[in-house]
Amino acid sequence: MLIICLSALFVVMPRKILPYFNLLLTFLFLFVSSYYSVKTLFLSNPFQYSLPFHFWGNELMLSMDRLSAFFVLIINITTLVSSIYSLQYLKMYVQKSRHEMALHYFSFFTLYWSMVVLTMLQNTIAFLVVWEIMSLSSFFLVMFEAEKSATQKAGINYFIQMHFAALFLLIGIIVLHYFTDSWSWSALSIYFANYSNIALFLVFFAGFGFKAGFVPFHTWLPHAHPAAPSHVSALMSGVMIKLGIYGILRVVFALQNDLMLIGLLVLAISLISGISGVGVAIVQHNLKRLLAYHSIENIGIIGIGIGVGIIGMAIQNQALAILGFAGGLLHVLNHSLFKSLLFFSAGSVYYQTHTMNIDDMGGLIKRMPITAFIFLIASLSICGLPPFNGFISEFFIYNGFIQGIIEAEVPIKLVMLFALIGLAAIGGLAIFCFTKAFGIVFLGNERSVHMHHASEVSWLTLIPQFFSLGLILFIGFAPSFIVKPILDVIHQNIPILSSILLPNMDALQNISLAAGVFVLIVLSVWLIKKWAFKTKKVEQMATWGCAYHGDAPRTQYTASSYAENYIHGMEHTLNISTHFKPIETREYFPLHRHYKSHQESTYEKRFFKPLSKMFNRLFERFAIIQTGQTQHYILYPFILLIVLILLTLTNVI
Amino acid sequence: MMIFALILLLSLIFPGIIARTKSITSGRKGPSVWQPVYDLIKLFKKDAVYSKTTSWIFAWAPVFYFSAVIMAALMLPFGNHCAIISFKGDFIFFIYLLGLGKFFMIVAALDTGSAFEGMGASREALYSMLVEPAFFILLASLAMLSGTTSFETFFYSLTFNSSLAIFIGVLATYLIFHIALLENSRMPYDDPKTHLELTMIHEVMVLDYCGFDLALIQWAGHLKFIIYSLLVSNLFIASSFPEWLQWLIFVLTTLLFAIAVGFVESFRARHKLRSNNKAIVILIPISILIFFGSMLIMNKLF
Repeated sequence: MLIICLSALFVVMPRKILPYFNLLLTFLFLFVSSYYSVKTLFLSNPFQYSLPFHFWGNELMLSMDRLSAFFVLIINITTLVSSIYSLQYLKMYVQKSRHEMALHYFSFFTLYWSMVVLTMLQNTIAFLVVWEIMSLSSFFLVMFEAEKSATQKAGINYFIQMHFAALFLLIGIIVLHYFTDSWSWSALSIYFANYSNIALFLVFFAGFGFKAGFVPFHTWLPHAHPAAPSHVSALMSGVMIKLGIYGILRVVFALQNDLMLIGLLVLAISLISGISGVGVAIVQHNLKRLLAYHSIENIGIIGIGIGVGIIGMAIQNQALAILGFAGGLLHVLNHSLFKSLLFFSAGSVYYQTHTMNIDDMGGLIKRMPITAFIFLIASLSICGLPPFNGFISEFFIYNGFIQGIIEAEVPIKLVMLFALIGLAAIGGLAIFCFTKAFGIVFLGNERSVHMHHASEVSWLTLIPQFFSLGLILFIGFAPSFIVKPILDVIHQNIPILSSILLPNMDALQNISLAAGVFVLIVLSVWLIKKWAFKTKKVEQMATWGCAYHGDAPRTQYTASSYAENYIHGMEHTLNISTHFKPIETREYFPLHRHYKSHQESTYEKRFFKPLSKMFNRLFERFAIIQTGQTQHYILYPFILLIVLILLTLTNVI
Repeated sequence: MMIFALILLLSLIFPGIIARTKSITSGRKGPSVWQPVYDLIKLFKKDAVYSKTTSWIFAWAPVFYFSAVIMAALMLPFGNHCAIISFKGDFIFFIYLLGLGKFFMIVAALDTGSAFEGMGASREALYSMLVEPAFFILLASLAMLSGTTSFETFFYSLTFNSSLAIFIGVLATYLIFHIALLENSRMPYDDPKTHLELTMIHEVMVLDYCGFDLALIQWAGHLKFIIYSLLVSNLFIASSFPEWLQWLIFVLTTLLFAIAVGFVESFRARHKLRSNNKAIVILIPISILIFFGSMLIMNKLF
């Protein structure tokens, strides 16, 4: 509490001290919240604290259960890395004034504490207030480079969409209060026990879905992430969108009936999010926008896990339920680790090259070897490849599908099969996308002059990233350690699952074993190769170019050409427009030409633009009263007064 | 362990049998069955040339690729011998492990900065992405049939006592055969013998490799063939068969597999590149057919 008040001091801090003051506050808060969440999660010693002031006439409690503790830990890990990373990264913005920097740090810290406090609030109105604080502070963070018009647009887009989300949440909360006369989240289960579940669930799902970025509520993500500074994108993509998932989980854990319908719905939306997220990511040229679309994909994977879990509860197949929820929850953690790493290394690339256009990059592995290594490991784990952490969560979800296929009734078998095809397709597309991202950005020849001045970023930036990297490897190689706290979270929140363990616990140790054996095989093959090369002559030559010795960097494959055979035949689904004048048959000496391709979100074009146009037209009708004449404006209160008097006289009010 | 040794041995003569079949069908004298072994030995002995553009990725990628295939071979059971590494859900690990090897080969191709290799990498990535669901569905149907989630027990419950089971066996064989052809870039998806880089897939991806690395890549390809033929032979081996019969079935299936590949290469033209996509996506409905067939069998049982 005191720490939050201290953050007001940002205003008066001199510029040089600002970053360190931010670090100090963040660390203090981090230490306190981690202490309590570890206590809650591992020692089952729940944390309760009554705030020293009254809120709307009620006492305001901060209370932490295992689910909150799990999310607090995730928030803390990413914030820790992000705050240290920002020290170096923000040095790029020398032209910013002291006030702008102060606002930035203030918003950063506000975003952090609001996320942590959010997970601990039981009171719905207080939740909504902190939710707004979180949205507003992240809005200021996105608007850091407000002098760019793209940033302004992205920020305002984000701002409006977040308020749509808040509107849905407000409706949900008011409905909840109306029927149960309570301003507490615990009223959810009372409501769900007495009334239809699906309607209120949909309202909350829409509200939280905006934040999480489920399709079709995802359109702010690909604009906001490229606009924001990288440590902010990492924080937003790594943890802030997960609070949408947190909200959905809170609602899901309270559900009483209609489970089948809700489960199918969540599963369907998640599959669409997953496939369209990664499908669109492949055609992006902006590295950070590509990563933003991958956030949508990964939210989809988390949602698939949750959907499978709900279906498992609906058919009372406890093994299926626990596999689904465990996979979803673990993927929340995993995604926060590798996605923030990807944003950090993309930020390092931007810091060094000042471009985000993938087609301008190339060959960075020689100039920035450590960043390239970090990006590679994070890409491998986002593709769900063993022995990294992404595999473990997808392993649970796949096992859930198989469980459903083996044990459930025929219709559910088919649903699970369909979802299995979807997840397999997502995995394949992710490999396609990240071979492109890593290969074009870091490998090959340098495609533009931007690359020439790049060098490795400082150790201050790299060391915190190694912390996340270590966790990725730890979860990948020793998954059995991480599973117990996750099972505890599920056991506490879903009573009927409280005694169920994962049906394939012993498989996890075997995965560690298999990962170890694989590493041994790799090392021994490498040693054999080393040994064989002792007597060999190794030469360095140019890449074989079919006897062509021209402009090597320009003849390389680019991101666009790599994706070309994927795009072929899908231009309309992906909504890609190309600007190119084809060479005519009679044109024997073709002139200089440009090729430009551009992808616009289908949802934005087909869904949001008509919707906003409709609203505009609707509000234009109301604009009739806005005449611009002072006399009219004086008339309006007068009319209102007369109406009020009439109404009072006739005893209506 | 015996089976692993046999896999290594068979992988060495497998391409020789394909080449021999092709030479016989086209009326040529053809090389000896051991020729690929000589080729591998020659490659292992050669010196190496690396492109100046490449980084450590290029040197490590064949190691990862080869190790992933070896590891995958270790995870396969044979008849009633259990696999060396086996656990519940191991087939997911198996598929993703092969994916890991492929990831490294694709980025290694991009590492050379060559347009040809970028082309090959893009195609390889696309095709392996398209084929992945089919393989998953096949294994999911086997999981459903056996009621378990591990390779070890997958093949026990498929007994050929009805026409439906035979139908499933044939379809599954066809599917695995085509996946093997695709994964090893053989006809009709890709032609390993073509010398026009613009139309190649896998071969163009490894264009800059030579010597030791190329040998690793080629051997890994041969091993992959044996892995798929082991999968096929597992379909037909019942655990009640005597030991010698199981081994015999495996060796015979592998030989037949190689001869079949040779026949396909002799008598089929390769697909146009653009129609490859469709040809690969067709494998998914086939695998769904297997799934429905398995469901029919299940209903019969209960």
